[in-house]
Amino acid sequence: MSAAATAPTATSSTSAASRGILLMLLLPGLVALVITFLLPLIWLLRASFTSSTMSAFGGGDLTTQSYSTVLFDPFYWRVTWNTLVLGFNVAIFAVVLSYPIALFLARTESRFRGVLTALAVAPLLTSSVVRTYGWMVILGDRGVINSTLQSLSVTSGVIKLTNNSFGATVALIEILMPYAILAMLSGFGRLNAQLEEAAAMLGANRFKVFTRIILPLSLPGVLTAALLVFVLAISSFVTPRLMGGGRVFVLGTEVFNEATVTLNWPLAAALSVMLLVLFSSIILLYQRALRALEA
Amino acid sequence: MQENALLARITWNTLITLLYFFLLAPIIIVFIISFDTRQYLAFPPESFSLGSYVKVFHNAKFISAFWRSLIIGGIVGVVAVSAGMLLSLSLVRYKFRGRAAVNFLILAPFLVPHIVLAVGIMLVIAPLGLLDSYPGIVLAHLGITIPYTVRTITMSLMAVDTRVEEAALVHGASPRMVFWRITLPLVRPGLIAGGVIAFLISFDEATISLFIVSVKASTLPTEIYHYLEYSTDPQIAALSVILILISVGVVVAVEKLIGLRRAL
Repeated sequence: MSAAATAPTATSSTSAASRGILLMLLLPGLVALVITFLLPLIWLLRASFTSSTMSAFGGGDLTTQSYSTVLFDPFYWRVTWNTLVLGFNVAIFAVVLSYPIALFLARTESRFRGVLTALAVAPLLTSSVVRTYGWMVILGDRGVINSTLQSLSVTSGVIKLTNNSFGATVALIEILMPYAILAMLSGFGRLNAQLEEAAAMLGANRFKVFTRIILPLSLPGVLTAALLVFVLAISSFVTPRLMGGGRVFVLGTEVFNEATVTLNWPLAAALSVMLLVLFSSIILLYQRALRALEA
Repeated sequence: MQENALLARITWNTLITLLYFFLLAPIIIVFIISFDTRQYLAFPPESFSLGSYVKVFHNAKFISAFWRSLIIGGIVGVVAVSAGMLLSLSLVRYKFRGRAAVNFLILAPFLVPHIVLAVGIMLVIAPLGLLDSYPGIVLAHLGITIPYTVRTITMSLMAVDTRVEEAALVHGASPRMVFWRITLPLVRPGLIAGGVIAFLISFDEATISLFIVSVKASTLPTEIYHYLEYSTDPQIAALSVILILISVGVVVAVEKLIGLRRAL
């Protein structure tokens, strides 16, 4: 059945037979995407207007009760604020720390370039749970940093680096850096060594070459990286939950809490919708900024 | 001037090395800790042994979760590649009304946070009784993996020279034969890369899984998550190293096949 699709004449054909084949090609994937993507979003929206977990599946009166909780309870204001602060901190530091690596990888002529790129991106393909654990080991009360400081007699007590937002921020910065590096690498296509040489030859010093040529040309890539890290950070929950030890309250942790612990599914749904709105507005803002930059 | 340039070079290289160190720190530390055998987390390790690895292999919970993750990842890989192949064929070889909508539906999951999808999927499959079941978790992982398989397969498919297919048809091959003997072998790198990425996403995914599974269909990342809520002992480090080695093995395989940056 799918065989006829390879026939080159199929490209613009609209015969009934080829339409049937097309339908069969599309059906499995579309059904899967509708069930696992489109329906969930619709169900989510509906559940957010229901009054109890029992009625979250349909039936029952619609109410905006969950939204008034989300919008008027000071606790959720703080949660939203914490989420945005976490997102900004993580985005700024991840971009600043990733920029040199991306610049290095984009310009290096080392024969190890492939290996170095893989090394920078490979952490992306290990579970975030595993890497969060790594940070628990490094920053924990009896972790690498605290034991080292104590054995060097710098401090006698424990410096609290986990179970707070500091730990969550540091871990998220590192966990999201590969995304930033990838985004910058694909955005650095316009960087041009000859342009830099020309500027240097015309008397520009290193600083000037950087601020006048490298930085402006790499700005779109930087912006994309910042956006990507920000949206991933505000929707994260595994790392804030584990590194925060239950003391860091962000939208992600609260959605998980309402969905699996308190089992208040309408509230979990309303918080998710909030997160989605936040997420989409940031992306729209980004597109505006990028267009302004390009113009 | 000369010395200045040298100094700048050294500073720059040191900075890059330090940043790489930061990026890889958790993985390096986990590797070191995994050779410790104490019941609690401490640094540096008291002694170096494989005791924690032995413990992992005797932990029935981890072992069964590992096999479940492997099976779930395998099914997700195969289904996502099959559906992705068919979708890619329709998108590359056909022009039809609604093509833009299909394209959007394939790209859209990239634009929705996993945690939001997770709540939605939970709401959809709960009334069907699929929470904490194999079909439930496979379905949950399909939505986030199909976009990747479509991407890799579409790239491979666009690189196929249709004249080769034409030539085979002219020489009397049936369309079915052309598909199995020509088109499919030519896009094999894309199929393998897509399948591997889908497997890896499913195998490593924690966010959506934590909403969908609890006991019966728990995957390795969810077991590790729940374990970490109470304890951070070196056993998890050993388990993490095993997981990292699996990921690295897969990454190396993908790099060899089609190049990592194209696959992502």
